[in-house]
Amino acid sequence: MSPASGSRIPWLVVPSAATLLLFFLVPLALVLTVSFASRGTYGGIEWVVTLGNYTSIADPLYLRIFWRSLWLAGLTTGFCLIMGFPLAYIIARAPTRWQGILLLLVVIPFWTNFLVRTYAWMFILRTEGLLNTILAGLGIIHEPLNILFTDAAVLIGLVYGYLPFMVLPLYAALERLDPSLIEAAWDLYARPIQVFSRVVLPLAKPGVIAGCVLVFIPSLGAYVTPDLLGGARTMMIGNLIQHQYLVVRDWPFGSALSFVLMAGVLAMVLYFLRAGGAKSLS
Amino acid sequence: MKARTWLIAASVADLSFLYLPIAILVVFSFNASKLSARWQGFSLQWYGKLFTDQALLAATVNSLIVATVSTAIAGVLGVLTAVALERRSFRWQAAFEGLLLMPIVIPEIMMGVAMLLFFVMIKLPLSLMTMTIAHTVFNFPVVALIVRARLRKLDPRLEEAARDLGATPWVAFRRVTLPLLMPGIIGALLMAFTLSLDDFIISFFTAGVGSTTLPIKVYGMLKSAVTPEVNALSAILVLVSMGLVAVATWVQRK
Repeated sequence: MSPASGSRIPWLVVPSAATLLLFFLVPLALVLTVSFASRGTYGGIEWVVTLGNYTSIADPLYLRIFWRSLWLAGLTTGFCLIMGFPLAYIIARAPTRWQGILLLLVVIPFWTNFLVRTYAWMFILRTEGLLNTILAGLGIIHEPLNILFTDAAVLIGLVYGYLPFMVLPLYAALERLDPSLIEAAWDLYARPIQVFSRVVLPLAKPGVIAGCVLVFIPSLGAYVTPDLLGGARTMMIGNLIQHQYLVVRDWPFGSALSFVLMAGVLAMVLYFLRAGGAKSLS
Repeated sequence: MKARTWLIAASVADLSFLYLPIAILVVFSFNASKLSARWQGFSLQWYGKLFTDQALLAATVNSLIVATVSTAIAGVLGVLTAVALERRSFRWQAAFEGLLLMPIVIPEIMMGVAMLLFFVMIKLPLSLMTMTIAHTVFNFPVVALIVRARLRKLDPRLEEAARDLGATPWVAFRRVTLPLLMPGIIGALLMAFTLSLDDFIISFFTAGVGSTTLPIKVYGMLKSAVTPEVNALSAILVLVSMGLVAVATWVQRK
């Protein structure tokens, strides 16, 4: 259906358009406005226009947090891709009857409460947690491993949380891949690595891009995982924003931070839509 | 086929990675020991403690209120939006569709911050109501997307036939399209309900005094002393989510 320009806006969209306008666009516009204001003496907002909130992001202290967030989100995406690919491939090649069940198995953890899933790793990785108890019981370690409250724990939590986001679009792309193309590659004496890199990967590219975007974006803005699994020294952008808003009460700076984060995310989404990745999701 | 063996092994490892931590939590929720991760016998005491925790029960009631009300509103808004997008074409439709996706795409923390700022600026005290508004905003686009996908598969001629037989647009929609859409709508509502029930970040920013929900309560428990009661509570939440997803999937298959 091509949008006929000039046709009037149907009343059907009025309630939802009004909801989005009032309760979504106006709040976002407020964040943008406040990001150019100054912090009052007691944490309020003083309406003095400044770019200071944006320039103070360049402080090495904050840049380091941005850098860590990008690095951890990138690592998470990489691990999810490596781990998710075989599973997506196996599901796509499974008999149709099995595909539904296997997909459901991938989706169920995603619908399980995120706090609970994060807590599961706290329970496992704690100093007196399950992992240390088992390793000590087996006599493998004598001193407990300190994994919880490190970047490694945050990475595990992020990969655990977002793996399903990678598997689903990869599956969608691989499911459409014609198996005879792979057979042809085998018949032409391609080595397994060549079949993968020359046939499977290029054809699965839209799914790879979609999966990477879907994992990278929530990882970059993560709050719960670094907050619970990381320590005070493993802050990510999400924690910094929360800290500025609810602890330091510097709302203008917090707003500038969240706007930079959102701009980055929207830029990635636009790139993804330009790359034609949207089709791989439908 | 050596490659295939490797792929299957990796897939089994993936699924174990996804399920083992959850399974461990559930198993240890029946552990008699208070402190250690060592198994010290079967016990239901942590579940018993949960049901006598008044604050926890109040948080559960709050969660259910917010989830029910926001899902109901999201249902109406979502279905209207889906019908408009799929059966009409209008000016600025592309822009509207982009805007509709934004609450799903932008980082949750951004949405939480924006909502908090908005409610403070318009001087609306933070309460269950502000939280319900915020949940509705991120929930109804999800409903709209799911219902729209379902609507796309319906033959528009069915509704046209009803119109030809003299039905008013409303009657044709209610008697023909709506019943056919029902599985999609129910599935979407269950998804929205689950999303609302599980939401922490946006709730955290829009909750006022006395409007603690279950995830906010769980977060508080995780931040302070982790007791075996959290395991029991987690096990219950896992069961509830799995039940909801199972029902949603089953309904949508029809």
